[in-house]
Amino acid sequence: MAVTADHAIPNRSPLIAFLSRWLLTTNHKEIGTLYLCLSFTLFFIAGAMAMVIRLELFQPGIQFAEPLFYNQMVTMHGLLMVFGVVMPGFVGLANWLIPMMIGAPDMALPRLNNFSFWILPFAFGLLLSTLFMEGGAPNFGWTFYAPLSTTYGPPSTDFFILGVHLMGISSVLGAINIIVTIFNLRVEGMTLMKMPLFVWTWLITAFLLVMVMPVLAGAVTMMLTDRHFGTSFFSAVGGGDPVLFQHVFWFFGHPEVYILILPGFGIASQIIPTFARKKLFGYHSMVYATIAIAVLSFVVWGHHMFTTGMPLAAELFVMYATMLIAVPTGVKVFNWVATMWRGSMTFETPMLFAIGFVILFTIGGFSGLMLALVPVDFQYHDTFFVVAHFHYVLYPGAIFGIMSAVYYWLPKWTGNMYDERLGKLHFWIAIVAVNMTFFPMHFLGLAGMPRRIVDYSLQFADFNMVASIGAGMLGMSQLLFLYIVVKCIRGGEKASSRVWDSAEGLEWTLPSPAPLHTFTTPPKFPTPEEDYQHE
Amino acid sequence: MSERRNNQRKHIILLSALAVGMVGFSFALVPLYAIFCEVVGLNGKKYEQEISAEPAVLQVSEREVTIQFLAQVGRGMPWEFRPTESKLKVRLGEIHLTSYYARNRSDQAVTGQAVPSVSPAYASNFLHKLECFCFTQQHLDAGEEQQMALRFYIDTELPEDINMLTLSYALFQVPDADVEVASVTLASN
Repeated sequence: MAVTADHAIPNRSPLIAFLSRWLLTTNHKEIGTLYLCLSFTLFFIAGAMAMVIRLELFQPGIQFAEPLFYNQMVTMHGLLMVFGVVMPGFVGLANWLIPMMIGAPDMALPRLNNFSFWILPFAFGLLLSTLFMEGGAPNFGWTFYAPLSTTYGPPSTDFFILGVHLMGISSVLGAINIIVTIFNLRVEGMTLMKMPLFVWTWLITAFLLVMVMPVLAGAVTMMLTDRHFGTSFFSAVGGGDPVLFQHVFWFFGHPEVYILILPGFGIASQIIPTFARKKLFGYHSMVYATIAIAVLSFVVWGHHMFTTGMPLAAELFVMYATMLIAVPTGVKVFNWVATMWRGSMTFETPMLFAIGFVILFTIGGFSGLMLALVPVDFQYHDTFFVVAHFHYVLYPGAIFGIMSAVYYWLPKWTGNMYDERLGKLHFWIAIVAVNMTFFPMHFLGLAGMPRRIVDYSLQFADFNMVASIGAGMLGMSQLLFLYIVVKCIRGGEKASSRVWDSAEGLEWTLPSPAPLHTFTTPPKFPTPEEDYQHE
Repeated sequence: MSERRNNQRKHIILLSALAVGMVGFSFALVPLYAIFCEVVGLNGKKYEQEISAEPAVLQVSEREVTIQFLAQVGRGMPWEFRPTESKLKVRLGEIHLTSYYARNRSDQAVTGQAVPSVSPAYASNFLHKLECFCFTQQHLDAGEEQQMALRFYIDTELPEDINMLTLSYALFQVPDADVEVASVTLASN
């Protein structure tokens, strides 16, 4: 194991050597692994909370969870999945892949990289500790609207606020690191418009992070001073306005949802060409579409607030601007389909997840278009239709994106092939279970079932039971995923350096597993006429 | 190599400045929002402190609308506070006089400030208050009670689709440090 030999310091107990290796590492691959492990752990914790929610909603009435506890589960599930699973998951992939894709030896700021990661366990430790506190964990939904979180928030809300501050700092530092790396460490010859799309989408995501995470920090700071220092940012009795909270929050919140999906777009754009054995259709339009989505995301936050009171002109502007986002998104979907068109497709696990991503994300995009329409949003607002919509874009979008990436690059990271048969099984269980869980929620929402409420009317019983069974399957299928990943790390058929027949990119020119230190001398980036030099 | 280092430093500084600037922007949203609300008349902010002038020529239209009065008392505010009439049917352009009742239930003097809000928000452009207890702070001694006057008219230009307006007051306690001396004498007249 050359990897450990590099770092082993003689005359130290193995425990100290282990701890100092992982605590003090500045290596982008090790930090990437840490991010992915954290994300995976929180995925199971937040997933267990989803199981509590679905268990409670299996039948009408209150069976397992008191309303207060149910609200805590809904809140923590949302917060952890957004900030603890999807964001660190993507950052982990960025750490592993961006330096290898652009031919850099490491991230530009390796020590900052270590710091960004090691803030996170403390942030989520704070957040999770609230579950054991008197008065319980935050119970006001992941959107923490004032005055639920200010006047009426439980005492643990302050821990939540500090936790959000910490993860905000981590994200901003991580994003700065990624931008600086991409701008400064690209191999000679790789101009911006020759970067792999995963790198492009992450560059844009990082800019979104730098611009909106500070706004979230501002929002929670205002909450903190409202709670303890007598200010009235969000309190009408002191001359403030609770609606202001929603504006500040969603100014962060809407770009945030693109932060959660853009790297997924990049992943699909890497994987689909490999298994269709064709070049990506419309590279330039992909880049411009991503930029367009990111820019538009700053002016559409009002569509989360149609029912909280806005002038008609603002509602109309936000509605049209939101619908406009469907155009660049449509360009991307078109390009993925056109890439597959007449390709020599094979359906290995990463490709299956990528195709599932394209199809189901598009369904989620369409229900998003429905929600963008002011008149119908008055009916859909705060119903399960919204829950169905954002789970369709986040589960088969962000999570399938991450899973597809893990299957695709796992052989590069570990040097071993994962078990293809089990991988396919994982996909087919997941795709059936995802639809079984979230599709009935559309009907529930249209029929008027409100979200975030522990109990429901009898007429919603059947669809809820179907959704709960699907959720159970979906939860179980992730244990299979864990097994596949662990099995692949421990051994298996040796992977070649290129792994996939027609994978393109600098990372595939490295041996598998990728050595701890790579590209210490810059590789040669091929001109359009040349091919990559695979070993 | 050193050129790259310089570039790198420049990027780090610019990006950090952007992040810090965005924290500033989030706080700048507070005054920006207040200005926005004033311009479009959202949440009754437009006329919070604004006394409408007596109309020179009173135009009264035949159109009648309903105006509802609501009262909310802020946390920790020891006053009883309610409208004396919960709703009125008024003709557009007609000047009306109504009042809110307030009683200090505590055993010490308390100063209060009422904050108005109009729904639908757009209608706040057409509700003109000639006299309102919300223009000043109100001072009540222990156990004292008071009828607080509100004189208003609704513009004849009120859009056709608005048939009912709601005027809501949230009353909160003014901390001792913020009590305006002038208004105390005014209220005790």
